[in-house]
Amino acid sequence: MMTTPKTPTLYIEGPAFWAATLPGWEIASAVFRGDGAPADPPAKRPSPQLLAPAERRRAPDTVALALEVAGAAIAASGRDAADLPCVFASAHGDLGINDYMCSTLAADPLLLSPIKFHNSVHNAAVGYWTIGTGCMAASNSLAAYESSFASGLLEAAAQCAADQRAVLLAGYDMPAVGALASVTTSREMLAVALVLSPTRTARTVASFEWSLAAGALPATRVRSDAARALEVNAMADALPLFEALARGESEALSMTLSPTLSLQLQLQPELQLEALN
Amino acid sequence: MTPSRIPPLQISAFTATSAVGVGKAALADALAHSRSGLRANDFGASPLPTWIGRVDGLEALQLPEALAAWDCRNNRLAWLGLQADGFMEAVAAAHKRYGPTRIALILGTSTSSIGETEEAYTQLVDGAFPPGQQRPKVHTPHSLALFVQQALGLEGPSETISTACSSSAKVFASAERLIRLGLVDAAVVGGVDTLCGSVLFGFNSLELVSPEPCRPFDADRNGISLGEAAGFALVERGRGALELLGYGEASDAHHMSTPHPEGMGAERALDDALARAGLATDAIDYINMHGTASTKNDEVEGALVARRFPATTHASSTKGFTGHTLGAAGIVEAVISLLAIETGLKPGNVNTTTLDAECGPQIKLQPARGEVHYALSNSFGFGGNNCSLVFGKGAAA
Repeated sequence: MMTTPKTPTLYIEGPAFWAATLPGWEIASAVFRGDGAPADPPAKRPSPQLLAPAERRRAPDTVALALEVAGAAIAASGRDAADLPCVFASAHGDLGINDYMCSTLAADPLLLSPIKFHNSVHNAAVGYWTIGTGCMAASNSLAAYESSFASGLLEAAAQCAADQRAVLLAGYDMPAVGALASVTTSREMLAVALVLSPTRTARTVASFEWSLAAGALPATRVRSDAARALEVNAMADALPLFEALARGESEALSMTLSPTLSLQLQLQPELQLEALN
Repeated sequence: MTPSRIPPLQISAFTATSAVGVGKAALADALAHSRSGLRANDFGASPLPTWIGRVDGLEALQLPEALAAWDCRNNRLAWLGLQADGFMEAVAAAHKRYGPTRIALILGTSTSSIGETEEAYTQLVDGAFPPGQQRPKVHTPHSLALFVQQALGLEGPSETISTACSSSAKVFASAERLIRLGLVDAAVVGGVDTLCGSVLFGFNSLELVSPEPCRPFDADRNGISLGEAAGFALVERGRGALELLGYGEASDAHHMSTPHPEGMGAERALDDALARAGLATDAIDYINMHGTASTKNDEVEGALVARRFPATTHASSTKGFTGHTLGAAGIVEAVISLLAIETGLKPGNVNTTTLDAECGPQIKLQPARGEVHYALSNSFGFGGNNCSLVFGKGAAA
């Protein structure tokens, strides 16, 4: 197995999580540790406070998901969102809007809604995020099919390490809608976020060493039933890392980038001052 | 926070295919003779009254048997683009030098294969995709990079950047970071976008499409002409005849489909690109502007260039040649900037007759020839996503 040269240690702040059954990091981390039960009944849809109430209702699902977790990660990190470059990752973008666009084009293309069209760009969520937070830093939106979280993490880690500044990472996917559901397998809603920092701070929850490894290494599997139930979502490759952050143990994680390449993380939890008090 | 200067990277191969033809020679010839590749819209069943930059021959193009499962207009254009200018051979040589896992693949696209998904929606059987369209890896944004990764036999990190019209400019930034950190030794970067109903009828719904060939920076400009293109570059560690010197990425934080009125995000991208290159604006010999011919973009970008650059800088938009190729615009215009450095050809603004009074003396209607040491390329997208690139002539030139 060939691995890449040593990259700088990075630090994780503000893990954030949203799924209908696990609507928030507090409940998700408790369930992942085996200390709680999923929400019953499940939540319907996140309502990100960044948007005004009317915008919140109109926002596409992916925008609601992304802004919810991005806002939670920023709040938990105690940072100012306006300062942070942001990397948003989604395997498929907004499948509801894609279904609308393709259905309308097949029926009567002149009826296409201009708002739906500008919301159809893959970077709509990060666009709304930067507008809502006044962030003028670099913003990115990427896709890498079933390795979208791992690829987003690599992009964010590279940016954090290369520029020595904190970066916001969010990953989200939604269920396929309409005829697309006959070919695109993503189901349920899942969104995750965290802040990567080049330095340890009072809000650091874990540090990690990272490298690329060539070869067909098996990916770390999920451990909890609650996470397993979310593996139907296209952002599922984020689940093992968030389970590990919830458990707070030192561990090695392997995340698939392609059939012949993986992102290797050596995760080291930080002692939480709050937890000691 | 001003970024630090970065070590230059060599651009060892590059190519672009657009409405003006396949490969660099066709592009350089069109630029030298101010020949537009736009035509009256003949795309789709009920074409809107507009002009488009359409690539000929895609309908008849067949992917090789081993890649046939990836068939769609966007991947066909990617394949056509990869064949030009010995690009596949250059990648094969890099493959030998570094090994397949040490070469990243970072491609930009705005709509990827959505045209194929649109097609599938006209073929539904009981509300489902027919068997021939049961191809989940085609009906997703990463289709482009998955296809090119297989076509080139690459095994390094691979991602699809989709930030609308800045997509295939930002690929250079992501590649530079991976190379600087030692995660890879080289990267294939680029972008492909193809004409489809989503963008033609979508931009039409926003009333941004011109009924005539687009006229960037013209006083009477009235909208964009959409186009399609594929472009690629091979970026490697070390110095070369042509180099990536800097990039800047910034957000407008203003509006989803209208640029910041003072061009603040664009200016920040410009300043970051210059800082990474260690250059001031007066060093730039040629600017390839975003220049879409939309009222707002050209007003804001024209004002930015007018206030920041000396009168001697030659600036132009090449959208009148290729149309606005959206997610491929960044790489096509990077290729034009690299050609300017390599050949000394500074393109004009084709179709434009009367420059807007708000434009500065930098924007030129006619092409010119002269030494180009440093070129800047601007790409700005929906969501207020801005990227500027600086390329330069290396010591090896």
